[in-house]
Amino acid sequence: MFSCKLFGAVAGVAVAALSATGALAQAKDKIKVGFIYVGPVGDHGWSYQHDQGRQAIEKAFPGKVTTTFVESVPEADSERAIEQLARTGHDLIFTTSFGFMEPTLKVAKKYPNIKFEHATGFKRAPNLATYAAKFHEGRYIIGQIAGKMTKSNTIGYVGAFPIPEVIAGINAFYLGAQSVNPDVKIKIVFANTWYDPAKEGDAAKALLDQGVDMLAQHTDSPAPIQAAEARGKFGFGQASDMERFAPKAQLTAIVDNWNDYYVERTKAVLDGTWKSQDVWGGIDSHMVVMSPYKNMPDDVKKLAQETEAAIKAGTLNPFKCPVIGQDGKEIECKGNGALSDEQVLGMNFYVKGIEDKIPQ
Amino acid sequence: MTIFEAILLTIVTASTPLLIAALGELVTERAGVLNLGVEGMMAMGAACSFAAAVSFDSTLLGVAAGILAGAFMAALFALVVLGFAANQVGSGLALTIFGLGLSGLIGAPFVGARRDPIPHVDVPILSDIPYIGRLFFEQDLFVYASFALTILIAVYLTRTRSGLTLRSIGENHTSANALGLPVLRTRFLAILFGGACAGLAGAYLALVYTRFWSPGMTAGRGWIALALVVFAAWRPGWLLIGAYIFGAATVLQLHAQAAQFGVPSQVLSAVPYLATIIALLLLSLRHGRAIGAPGSLGTPFVPDR
Repeated sequence: MFSCKLFGAVAGVAVAALSATGALAQAKDKIKVGFIYVGPVGDHGWSYQHDQGRQAIEKAFPGKVTTTFVESVPEADSERAIEQLARTGHDLIFTTSFGFMEPTLKVAKKYPNIKFEHATGFKRAPNLATYAAKFHEGRYIIGQIAGKMTKSNTIGYVGAFPIPEVIAGINAFYLGAQSVNPDVKIKIVFANTWYDPAKEGDAAKALLDQGVDMLAQHTDSPAPIQAAEARGKFGFGQASDMERFAPKAQLTAIVDNWNDYYVERTKAVLDGTWKSQDVWGGIDSHMVVMSPYKNMPDDVKKLAQETEAAIKAGTLNPFKCPVIGQDGKEIECKGNGALSDEQVLGMNFYVKGIEDKIPQ
Repeated sequence: MTIFEAILLTIVTASTPLLIAALGELVTERAGVLNLGVEGMMAMGAACSFAAAVSFDSTLLGVAAGILAGAFMAALFALVVLGFAANQVGSGLALTIFGLGLSGLIGAPFVGARRDPIPHVDVPILSDIPYIGRLFFEQDLFVYASFALTILIAVYLTRTRSGLTLRSIGENHTSANALGLPVLRTRFLAILFGGACAGLAGAYLALVYTRFWSPGMTAGRGWIALALVVFAAWRPGWLLIGAYIFGAATVLQLHAQAAQFGVPSQVLSAVPYLATIIALLLLSLRHGRAIGAPGSLGTPFVPDR
């Protein structure tokens, strides 16, 4: 107890000294962590997985950390919700959708002593860090599975919006399929919503009606994979393991795993070591997890496992150069043997072999 | 099944919940009450129908629960706007927010559960008509119910004494009251009916359309139903046309994307709204006279004492 107090006193002096120079690093006993979700926690997709991360924090620091969340926050109206958390004594605030970027930045500037973390964005500040996951790594794997397993030689993709994150996913998926099946065709439908189960299902049905037998999705509800199940076709879970919605159709799912990252960042605030940074984790850092490979022949399963291992080991990059654009021209290679992170994060072209055009 | 038939089938599924919910709201508004809570009542219908269907393993009980849930929400609304003559716009918005929240709470234990598809019922002979036969006579019971409801409401509003009473109360509640017509009672029943329809539409969404529950799954369909009532100029027949144009445009734009027609998906996504508005505008222009909202729509009625 005594040493504890002594430590507190010393820390206090240190803080006083540090704060004079503007660098405030302070260990804390008790903190409040807040979350802003774009969808409902029950969506069984994107927001659900972020909430799993929140629960992981509660488990990791019993009694030390309290968490709160605000769900279904419209992107256009998020500033109020973020500011509300800032005003009610939160020390660390995670805003978990790309559309929260500007509002988060605005509130972060207003409250310099609160730490902010924004998912999938690119604007940072001394108290605003960004983080995202390389989901395209998982999409390359499911592309290979789809390319191997398709009988109609046509695979389908339900996208939310034609934004770089989704485009990169489509390209990675198609490149994966092409790597094992050079003349495979892809059909793409944008639902223009992240979350509308009925419409996502209709989009999936439209693809299935037009001869697609492998269905990948980049929208948040299990409706597309369920549509595949109803037609006896195959699909891939998005964001969380959707096996219970489609036990026969789900080949695997790309699971977002924010748990480790959230626990680590909360600990950093507790320890006073939090710094603004930009993290982009993939399969190697467990931010992207593949759920068990099922409903597929052994050789396909083996291929998927090998690809996963290669990506994890860093020997395989879905966007390894040369990457050929739709017009047949090679994309300039700005990274080290592969497209650079910036090129992937800002991707606005389809690769060769995709016949559709990106809606502009 | 040809692709043409497949598309038509999806269109029917997409249009039915809109039609059912909008029909209920149409009756409510014809009685002079504006209930903006359709989205909330629909969400409650979806949550309660799914919860009951899973708990008792019965689609029928699920549907009953959905209808009751919608009617229950409507009863709360009626208490506020009729009993206390509160502002209908504010109360309706509150009902939507309340319904979306409460449905999330009720549905929470059932997130992740799933239901099997409900059987389709063939109408003999009629289902053999090429194209439209399979489209309209090889459907689930909800679809038949939505057609029957459209006809019944049209007949009720134009051909029955009680329907005339309801409309006159909607047009001018003071005069109707002076004539001794039961304004509050009629409105109460009309609100309940609207809620029951919204609940049924929600049940369709959860039990047939998606076959799972997740919070917020109505995704704005209640608002579209509200808009349809306005664009259909409070006519059941036009409402049927409007709902199907909207459903068709929604589904066709997805097919257009999959077929790679090269039209931007953002433009295609706007098509359902544009097509419905234009079609119903043309329809009302052809009829030559402006058809306005019921005269007393949205005005609270306070009886003289």
